[in-house]
Amino acid sequence: MNVAAKAPAGSAYLDRYAAARARLDAGAQPWLAGWRRAGAESFRSSGFPTIKSEAWRFTPLHALIDGDFSVDAPAAPFEQARLKGITFGREAGNRLVFVNGRLRDELSSVRQLSPGIELLSFAEALKSRPQLVESHLGKALGLVNHPFAALNAAFAADGYVLHIAAGTKSEAPIEILWIGSGAEKPPVYHPRNLVILGRGVHATIIEHHVGLCIGSYFSDSVTEIALGEDALLRHCKVQEESREAFHIAATGAHLAEGAHYDSFVFSIGARLARNEIHVALGGRRSNCRLNGAYLGRGEQVIDHTTFIDHISPETTSKELYKGVLDGRARGVFQGKITVRPNAQKADGQQMNRALLLSDKAEINSKPELEISADDVKCSHGATAGELDDLSLFYLRSRGIPEDEARRLLVEAFLNEVIDAVALAGMRLTLEHNIARWMAPA
Amino acid sequence: MLEIKDLHATVDGKEILRGLSLSIKAGEVHAIMGPNGSGKSTLSYVLAGREGYEVTKGEVLYKGKNLLALAPEERAAEGVFLAFQYPVEIPGVSNTTFLKHALNSVRQHRGESELDAMQFLKLLRETMKKLGMSEDMLKRNVNVGFSGGEKKRNEILQMAVLKPIFAVLDETDSGLDIDALKVVADGVNSLRAPDRAMLLITHYQRLLDYIVPDHVHVLAKGRIVRSGDKSLALELEQRGYAEFAQEAA
Repeated sequence: MNVAAKAPAGSAYLDRYAAARARLDAGAQPWLAGWRRAGAESFRSSGFPTIKSEAWRFTPLHALIDGDFSVDAPAAPFEQARLKGITFGREAGNRLVFVNGRLRDELSSVRQLSPGIELLSFAEALKSRPQLVESHLGKALGLVNHPFAALNAAFAADGYVLHIAAGTKSEAPIEILWIGSGAEKPPVYHPRNLVILGRGVHATIIEHHVGLCIGSYFSDSVTEIALGEDALLRHCKVQEESREAFHIAATGAHLAEGAHYDSFVFSIGARLARNEIHVALGGRRSNCRLNGAYLGRGEQVIDHTTFIDHISPETTSKELYKGVLDGRARGVFQGKITVRPNAQKADGQQMNRALLLSDKAEINSKPELEISADDVKCSHGATAGELDDLSLFYLRSRGIPEDEARRLLVEAFLNEVIDAVALAGMRLTLEHNIARWMAPA
Repeated sequence: MLEIKDLHATVDGKEILRGLSLSIKAGEVHAIMGPNGSGKSTLSYVLAGREGYEVTKGEVLYKGKNLLALAPEERAAEGVFLAFQYPVEIPGVSNTTFLKHALNSVRQHRGESELDAMQFLKLLRETMKKLGMSEDMLKRNVNVGFSGGEKKRNEILQMAVLKPIFAVLDETDSGLDIDALKVVADGVNSLRAPDRAMLLITHYQRLLDYIVPDHVHVLAKGRIVRSGDKSLALELEQRGYAEFAQEAA
């Protein structure tokens, strides 16, 4: 029996790109069509990463690669009433709601924004603010060596764009709700987001990814951030995708002098989740804090990969990721800190701690320092451990049942990162999520 | 209230308790004294139910029921309390949260309603006032950064909040200066009651000047080798443990 040679991984996506191209590029300006094509070409030459790719060594992708996802699934039905249980319990402020990667106007609520603040969908921005998009697209995160970002570029059609002009006073947090809702055929979507803050602007973005189905889908997002001088962005992300979902997210941030990027990622959902963050500390005294908390069980794979590039003097970075892994879950932490020759007095600190609740759970930690300046402070560390027996006994000896004692200790472990989240409503959501995780139905 | 009969227990396969028998009635305070390695801490952990302390023979009846069949939290809910020799530090859990979870767990087990945050704080403040403790201990994480004296006082606070029926105090005097010892002893004395029994485990007679026991037992090589009243403690102080150890051999 003859067996047809298996098509190379990823070729299905290129076929779909070819099929969707006319639709995607209808009415598009040439630069955009060219950029999408460049994404497709880049993906054609790289294909999906394999475990031989250094940046993907610990993260098995075969289930994702073998998945049969539909790029043009019909819009999933979704009722306004369902929003209530998944928003952060606040009055709707400025909130964009996406279902399977597409903005849903009727679910979103954008109040009157101050002059100087633009909050648009990517699709809309391409029409009304093409120059703004063109001047920032692909700048903070390129296509080369980023196969998923290249794939995203090929299909990029929607997402959010936040632009706040220099000197604009800050407002309430902006909430972006991403709803994944599987259909008969699992959808794939490629959100493309841009955040541009002018000089001195302070802003907060809360991204909430929620799966509202038991089935599979694939979210392949790219967020590019440009922070002007002394700008500050708090970027908070809660990822509770469905248990069969694939969540691949890459963020690139470029910081001008004195700018601050404060990122917090909470990962609890998805079968495979990758959060990749690239920060370029471009201006003097720019600094970032990257924090994360994650909980995984079953066969989940949760990957946090960060690249921090200290380009200028007196730049600082702080990273703390803490994870709890049960069952056969696998955690991956890869953190690279680069200090360029010019970046004297740079300070980079990195820590990854994992709590393993089962002997089948696994954490892979790969810190990497590349230092080319001589007057710098850099440190990294990784720990993995189990719940402390004596602590557990101490709590139980005071009457606290074993399950509750375990939950208290897990919460205590994560508190160090959760406490750093300054948003009150957010904290409650996180605590609720952790409690629910500890007591699965 | 508590009946220990011919108790044998091993730790890591090594026999530490070798036929210990002891009977404690409601309202009584007993002291067990013994040299290092005589099995004092093993006895306290066996009574509280710590894993790895395996009873190979004998039984412990508490209020007529088999204590050893209960999980640690069930023992606590039934009124058994162990003041640890080395209280455990728990980073990330505030003392208040810890005490509230503990008290409400115990209340739930007893069929009492749980206290809400306000009710609980009121009770906690009253208890602390009675014990002469400062409230800053509440905000801090359980025993983290506490001095030796603060840790022991925190144990007494837990005991005062949980109101046990039978309390074991394991070397509660160790590491305390005389002032801290008085505070802790006052706390313990204030909890003496006709329906409550206590077992003090100590190496030194000093504690018994402040908490006067009804009965004193000498533990050597895993067995009680002599019992008497409080004068036995003084005798021990003068003559040392050596000859008792010989009696046990």
